[in-house]
Amino acid sequence: MTLLRADGLRYLAGDRPLVKDASFALEPGTLSVLIGPNGSGKSTLLRLALGLLKPDGGEATIGGTPVATLSPMARARRIAYLPQARPLVWPQPVGDIVALGRFAYGAAPGRLSQEDRAAVARALAAFHLQGFEERAADTLSGGELARAHLARALAAETPLIVADEPVAALDPRHQHQTMQLFRDMARAGRAVLTVVHDLDLALRYADRLLWMSEGCLVADGSPHATVSASRLREVFRIDAAVVEAGDRTLRLDIAGPS
Amino acid sequence: MSRVSGVLALMLAGALLLSLLLGSVDLPLSRVLAALAGEGPAGDRLVVWQIRLPRALAAAMVGAALGMSGAALQGLLRNPLAEPGILGVSATAALFATFVLYFGLATAGPLVLPLAAVGGALLATMVVAAAAIVTRSVVTLILIGVGLSSFSAAVMALLMNLAPNPFSLADMVNWMLGTVDNRSLADLAFAAPFMALGAAILMVSRRGLAALALGDEAAEGLGLDLGRQRLCVILGAGLATGAAVALAGAIGFVGIVAPHLVRPFLRYDPARLLVPSALLGAVMLVIADIGVRVLPTDAELKLGVVASLFGAPVFVWIAARRRLA
Repeated sequence: MTLLRADGLRYLAGDRPLVKDASFALEPGTLSVLIGPNGSGKSTLLRLALGLLKPDGGEATIGGTPVATLSPMARARRIAYLPQARPLVWPQPVGDIVALGRFAYGAAPGRLSQEDRAAVARALAAFHLQGFEERAADTLSGGELARAHLARALAAETPLIVADEPVAALDPRHQHQTMQLFRDMARAGRAVLTVVHDLDLALRYADRLLWMSEGCLVADGSPHATVSASRLREVFRIDAAVVEAGDRTLRLDIAGPS
Repeated sequence: MSRVSGVLALMLAGALLLSLLLGSVDLPLSRVLAALAGEGPAGDRLVVWQIRLPRALAAAMVGAALGMSGAALQGLLRNPLAEPGILGVSATAALFATFVLYFGLATAGPLVLPLAAVGGALLATMVVAAAAIVTRSVVTLILIGVGLSSFSAAVMALLMNLAPNPFSLADMVNWMLGTVDNRSLADLAFAAPFMALGAAILMVSRRGLAALALGDEAAEGLGLDLGRQRLCVILGAGLATGAAVALAGAIGFVGIVAPHLVRPFLRYDPARLLVPSALLGAVMLVIADIGVRVLPTDAELKLGVVASLFGAPVFVWIAARRRLA
């Protein structure tokens, strides 16, 4: 069953197209990584696919239902979304921030059912945040805060997680742990769509790479099928050699900008 | 009810009782309680029911409405320095009130002035609500509110500038400074339904304020209907604030200070903040009104003046101690 389908999505800012005829479908069991240079339209595409932006053309469907006809709560129970911008204004405790992940089930901080509480505890454990429940958000490091937001998205326990640059603020250990967690979720039959800028990280963990350039999805497939020196030059404008490591994972040897 | 709300409710009860005990006629507690129960001399009952109770209740209602509106607007706008006045609702309500005073329309009936204030508040609310739905931008929303406030203040200054005689000028000044002196139970009965409706709208939609703590985009991702949430908060705060201005004129800072003081006790949760903010706002204004009456000044100080004298420094102190940017 297709969890999320984007069909010819198009979005204009003024007359400048930010996304042009983008189509993809996400199936359970897949970790998909959306890659592309800054300003290629990745975040806009995610928002269009989720129905948070109204497209100028095309349609997105969630589980077969057009997003425009889906209530925000029903959508949020199918897809957890972690946006790139995560502004916090109140120094709330981490436990309460993660608890907001249960919003679509009628919960709120201080109003959690047994089930909500268990989901929050699982999400906190997944990102190694036990003991942080009562820590105020403004006393956390950038990486700890990023993990709290990730745990918030995970706590919704949705079939699909869409995360926009979730690992950017994390140290290497937590970057890999997060990507492993995503991969394990995909193995367990859920699906993840995430934007990642670290190409080695993307190549190592992605089941599928969606390549975006100037508003278009220019390639879509497994890392082995889509990565090449010429494509890296076209899309990212870098000179890089693709190296195959012993365990069949691909790595890049980046020489510099082309 | 949370523990904080319980404590604040007790404080409010105490403040109200104290307010009933104070006045130009010396009434001991036993006679006040007897009069409240409808017993004792007719003079006592008159003083308690016609003078002191309306005044104390008016202060409590206005404080509660402003406190809750402030908490809700701060949650919506994600700005701890927001207040009911930021959307221009108070200013527009006060302008409409000044308007009917200026043209002498207020003498047509006792309800003309309050009606004008509520009408002004609702008009401002609708303008801002429409803008909120169209632009979906909080910054734009605040700027429209600032513009509305400035424009109302300018027209108000113009009316005072052109005031036909010292009496109408004094009337307008009274109104702008804010007071709960000489309120009747009828005045309260007129304002109460608007306040109750506003508070009910805010209470029903308060869970969405919790989601907004993560930002507009994440809140939408969580399943919040952002347009409807904004509409609910603006309508609720507009109704409650309009009714508060109708009852007491322009009283500032309660809506800023009350939510700030209770926030740390409620884990900074914008949703759980509403009731305690309303209760603390009520306590603050009842106590401020007691202060107005016991201070030995020749002319009685206006409640709004006292509220600002205490509120403004607290506001600055809070602003200087902000934690997250």
